[in-house]
Amino acid sequence: MKYALLSDIHSNLHAFDACLAHAQTQGVERIAILGDLVSYGAFPAEVVARCQKLQQDGAIVLRGNHEELIQTHNIHTANPNPSLGSQTAEWTHDQLSPAQRFWLEILPLTAQVDQMLLVHASADAPDRWRYVEDERTASLSLDAACAHPDVRYVFGGHVHHQSLYYRGTGRQLMAFKPTSGVPIPTPKHRQWIATIGSVGQPRDGNPRAMYAVFDSAVGRLTFYRVAYDHRAAARAVRDAGLPEFFAQRLETGK
Amino acid sequence: MKRLEAGTELDGFRIGACLHAGGMAHIYEVTYADERPAPFGMVMKVPRMTAGDGAENIVGFEVEHQILQVLHGTHVPRFVAAGDLVNMPYLVMEHVPGQTLQQVLDAHTHNHTHAEVADMARLGAAIARAAHSLHQQNTCHLDIKPANVLLHPDGHAVLLDFGLSCHAHYPDLLAEELRKAVGSPAWIAPEQVVGVRGDPRSDIFAIGVMLYELATGELPFGNPQTNGGMRQRLWMDPTPPRRLRDDLPEWFQEVVLRCLEPEAAKRYPSAAHLAFDLEHPEQVKVTKRGKQLEGTPFFTHFKRWLKAAGMHYQPSPLPSQQIDEVPIVMVAVPNHEASDATLYSLRQSVARSLGLRPGARLAVVTVISPNLSSTSEHDKSETTLHRQYRTMLQQWAQPLDLSEHQTSYHVLEASDTANAIVRYAEGNNVSIIVMGAATRGLQMQRFVATVPIKVAMEAPCTVILVKQTLPFERLNS
Repeated sequence: MKYALLSDIHSNLHAFDACLAHAQTQGVERIAILGDLVSYGAFPAEVVARCQKLQQDGAIVLRGNHEELIQTHNIHTANPNPSLGSQTAEWTHDQLSPAQRFWLEILPLTAQVDQMLLVHASADAPDRWRYVEDERTASLSLDAACAHPDVRYVFGGHVHHQSLYYRGTGRQLMAFKPTSGVPIPTPKHRQWIATIGSVGQPRDGNPRAMYAVFDSAVGRLTFYRVAYDHRAAARAVRDAGLPEFFAQRLETGK
Repeated sequence: MKRLEAGTELDGFRIGACLHAGGMAHIYEVTYADERPAPFGMVMKVPRMTAGDGAENIVGFEVEHQILQVLHGTHVPRFVAAGDLVNMPYLVMEHVPGQTLQQVLDAHTHNHTHAEVADMARLGAAIARAAHSLHQQNTCHLDIKPANVLLHPDGHAVLLDFGLSCHAHYPDLLAEELRKAVGSPAWIAPEQVVGVRGDPRSDIFAIGVMLYELATGELPFGNPQTNGGMRQRLWMDPTPPRRLRDDLPEWFQEVVLRCLEPEAAKRYPSAAHLAFDLEHPEQVKVTKRGKQLEGTPFFTHFKRWLKAAGMHYQPSPLPSQQIDEVPIVMVAVPNHEASDATLYSLRQSVARSLGLRPGARLAVVTVISPNLSSTSEHDKSETTLHRQYRTMLQQWAQPLDLSEHQTSYHVLEASDTANAIVRYAEGNNVSIIVMGAATRGLQMQRFVATVPIKVAMEAPCTVILVKQTLPFERLNS
């Protein structure tokens, strides 16, 4: 089965649509969305609606930290100097219907399917939102997930960059930086953990959206960078009156 | 995995004779079981271990499984099929005809002979080209040795066994955090000893070891069995080959010892540069390295030994990127009816191209008509003519600062200039051709393709077409 793995969409409908369309051309059979559907971007309600529809059609949708940040109990309107993040959280909260916010709040934290453990952040404590950002933190997540005998792969988002960690001949994990569009053999007699990057808010200086396709039948993982109309997405952020910082971030990918 | 019986069938292949029973794998001749003809002979490589027997033993096979499937070109066996790594690991590939370099070496040992210099240059160039083709595909072989080099009857070399190779697009399964030496002790490069995997110049070192072996019958660093023994090459120069065999020319020693420099940065920057020197021996710039007959003095070794103690693992950039930075630049210089402005502009353009790329090599080429030479008149004899034109090329290049760039001069005889330039670029792995745009012919180009247009269309690489301009100050001089 071919899975499209998408994470950290962050209300960026332009990037989300571009990745979904790209995934379709790759013959993807099932979609998995690994959290952080909302915040930062201009289309939270549209992105949530699309994810709800995808979920009805069989997609896996997980909860990320931003699904919590936009909940009513986390919005403190009384703060006289709100941070950029809390400004967009408040705006996002107002864009979503109570039913949508409820749907986001009850999304699961992890899913286990086809020898994969899917999680937004780290599998060793999914609700603590730890970053998987180096060999050590990747090892914590992978070891926790592989305590279950069926799991060989851990896929997550949260860090907004694409990395693959694997065991070489030594004890420790090794980090690998993938090349977009090159299918990487990831046979299941080894254990693998990958961060698949961010669909809606790349931060590595390249504005193209990130996602990955995993073919579980042959054990093959392909990371992609997808060009989309990031100027339109940035314009929408400005038009919505959201902080300029988030518009520029989409334009520069930084 | 136990040995397969001849005649049995596996995944649509019929097993034939067992050609090789090595420590790691069996190699069988195979055909299609349904009798359908194969476009070329095929072999099946089956590892002795399977993934279930413990991961360690099968890693090399897994690496080859991963890399062979994506390599292409005439310098690797063509990939046919692969079995599932866990349940039924095997690889089916082209059965390349020819003999291995090991067989050539063994024949010399058996007959108490040494290889001829011209043959060694030809073999070395063929192997260097094969290595360059891999490097262009972002792969370092890292286990080039006589048993892994197959010499095809048509003269090109095919590299075998990618079990220790490293492809920059895939996770390196042989890497580990302790960065230990992975390779065959006699041929392993110094940087591989400290765990660097992915520097194309490691393959150049291995080619140097083989050329040394071919020339002298001895291994430059022996066949050490310990890590300490392998570390010797981090600081040690081998005995100059000419001390072991006095009929070796200086240029040959220069080439071999340059390949064997302990510091990768002092070796040939790419295998294309090495092939170039082996194919143009008369153009090799012989330094002290080529001339010396004495071993390196104790004190020099001592200083290097101190430095080597600090040598440690550093990651390598992408192989294709590394070799792109040290291209072979070719300039086609016109030899008649060329205006000063054309010659000046060509030189300026070459200076700019080289200036951006330290370590690039320059080939200055001119094409003359075969009708020019005459066998009866002395001053029109081929050698005299070539000398005249070569001098002209050297004069042209004189104003260039070539201290950082190896440079050679070539006179080609051909009636079709464009074709000669393109063939030369193909044959020598040229990355950039610089030539005049010949604007005079532009009005005609709709009807007849001019030389630059033909070169631009057919060249295997980038072509820079230079328009002539002469600065005012030069007009007054």
